[in-house]
Amino acid sequence: MSFASFIFRRVLQMIPTIVFILVVTFVLVRLLPGDPASAILGDRARDADVARINARLGLDQPIFVQFLYFVRNVFTGDLGNSISLKVPVARLIAERLPVTLLLTAMAAVIALVMAVPLAFVSALRRGRASDVVVRGAFQVGLSMPVFYVGLVLLIVFSANLHWFPVGGYGDGFFAHLYHLFLPALTLALSLSAILMRNLRAAVIGVVGAEYVDFARAKGLRSRLVLTRHVLRNALISTVALFGLQIGVLLSGAVVTETVFAIPGAGRLMIDSIYGRDYPVIQGLTIALAVVVSLIFLATDIVQAWLDPRVAR
Amino acid sequence: MSAKTDGLHVRGLCATFETPRGPARAVDGVDLDIAPGEVFGLVGESGSGKSVTLRALMRLVHPPGRVEGNVAWQGRDLMAMKPEELRRMRGGEIAMIFQEPMTALNPVLPVRVQIEENLRAHTDMNRRERRARALELLDIVGIPAAARRLDEYPHQFSGGMRQRVMIAIALASSPKLLLADEPTTALDVTIQDQILKLLLDLRDEFSMSVVFVTHDLGVVASLCDRMAVMYAGRIVETGTVSEVFATPHHPYTRGLLGSVPHGGAERTMLASIEGTPPGLASLPAGCAFHPRCEFATDECRRERPALEPFAPGRSVACFHHERVARAEELA
Ligand SMILES: Nc1ncnc2c1ncn2[C@@H]1O[C@H](COP(=O)(O)OP(=O)(O)O)[C@@H](O)[C@H]1O
Ligand SMILES: [Mg+2]
Repeated sequence: MSFASFIFRRVLQMIPTIVFILVVTFVLVRLLPGDPASAILGDRARDADVARINARLGLDQPIFVQFLYFVRNVFTGDLGNSISLKVPVARLIAERLPVTLLLTAMAAVIALVMAVPLAFVSALRRGRASDVVVRGAFQVGLSMPVFYVGLVLLIVFSANLHWFPVGGYGDGFFAHLYHLFLPALTLALSLSAILMRNLRAAVIGVVGAEYVDFARAKGLRSRLVLTRHVLRNALISTVALFGLQIGVLLSGAVVTETVFAIPGAGRLMIDSIYGRDYPVIQGLTIALAVVVSLIFLATDIVQAWLDPRVAR
Repeated sequence: MSAKTDGLHVRGLCATFETPRGPARAVDGVDLDIAPGEVFGLVGESGSGKSVTLRALMRLVHPPGRVEGNVAWQGRDLMAMKPEELRRMRGGEIAMIFQEPMTALNPVLPVRVQIEENLRAHTDMNRRERRARALELLDIVGIPAAARRLDEYPHQFSGGMRQRVMIAIALASSPKLLLADEPTTALDVTIQDQILKLLLDLRDEFSMSVVFVTHDLGVVASLCDRMAVMYAGRIVETGTVSEVFATPHHPYTRGLLGSVPHGGAERTMLASIEGTPPGLASLPAGCAFHPRCEFATDECRRERPALEPFAPGRSVACFHHERVARAEELA
């Protein structure tokens, strides 16, 4: 099987995933307490008005028909209107989700930049002072709650040193990057600790492999042995973990966005849950689920590219 | 230390590993002299330290394992080489074929990359020349449809084919000394003969020397000039192949040769000897072989015999080697 046909088959696998996401979100909203009509009209609505609203929303139809309407609407980008903000959910998501995605991407990059070199140093100097220091520092990063780290960074770098803004998102791409740096760093700390531990263990395993000795026996420069033979093999397991952790990171963004007052999808989700804004909750859930499954798709493709045994 | 500037000269090579039960000497005071163009056979049961000896010569024993001793390669002190000199020596001057073709190739790189990186490290060939040479190497080791197979990955090759890929990699930069660790074990007889013939051709053409580790005494008989027999990390007997085969002086050699028809170059594995080789952590006092030896006396249980010359070009580590030789003649 070629790499291309692997990708094709893997993309096809997304179809059942997406159907599943749609069913779950559809059912979940119907299981939540309270109904949309009374949410729109208030608790003291008259029965006739409730019936009218239900008819307009299609809620008087059989459940299966409702589901088909729902699927059609989702695919035409119609996710309904926000009850509290009175704007289309699709527009809200288009505004807020990119903020969260940028935040997550920055956190992922920062985590990689910290974890990969330090995992190597730590693995190759196992048991020596640098290894102990690196692992100790990451252990601390891993054991502190995200909101606490966020608050400490805010107090030190924003409130006291004034190097970074205290919150918000800014205008323009570079302003976004600047505003999101501390929040991204906050998210990156625990992620990089997890990646570091995993990659360090993987490097230690791979360095002892026969093929690495064989590469040395060929007279390759040690840098080439490390990048081509060790890093690539060690990354295979770490990439899978990385993909999973990005999913976790997206949910971590809820806390970070609250601490740093960032207008992202996480904040929107919190506000909507408090306001029982079901259409927004539903739309956001679908959007985030799709994003996560796209990340898993990318993870699998990268893994197959790193490891020919997966695909070929 | 000899002042010879040709070939490989090893004196007192030791390799020690730390184990939970204390330090274990996998290689214990090995001496070797390999002349240019010579094919040297190294035989012994599994665990006798053959692979570790080869690794030590390539400086591929990892800490906490330790290697001591003198190794002179072409007049240079191999143990004191600086990283860059060591790198040029590895693969360029001394190449090694690893014992395990299943684990010695990188699973995530196409074999082309694994061959060409050797050429890149030791030659100034350009891309096109490296490509052509890689193809030629696969042809030489007898891999059919070489052009297509260059872009395949190790898991797409059978065990025997992987073994050949490894041989191709080792031979890529025309080394002066080839350390071959059981290179033909995974191959069938026809291919084995092709590969052995290839090694002999290279020997003739480039005066390449070969240290050939094998279980196959038939191969030793047909291929090697001289040989050494290893037991529990030490060399117990050396000499020319014809002399050792004719009159083994060590009881262990005698046991190994037990089943080999005299003068026959048939494919014959080592005869099995009663008992098992001792674990490194629990070597018996005196001669390590004495618990399995029919010639053993109190002296053997008390003292360890040194490897000593007894005739030109022949050495043995046995107090009773003359008795052993006579027993062989009577048999
Ligand atoms: N890295 C290592 N750590 C500890 N012991 C080792 C190591 N490598 C080899 N040994 C031991 O050294 C001995 C010799 O092994 P080896 O050279 O592979 O034998 P063989 O003659 O079969 O090639 C064995 O007892 C083996 O267990
Ligand atoms: Mg071996």
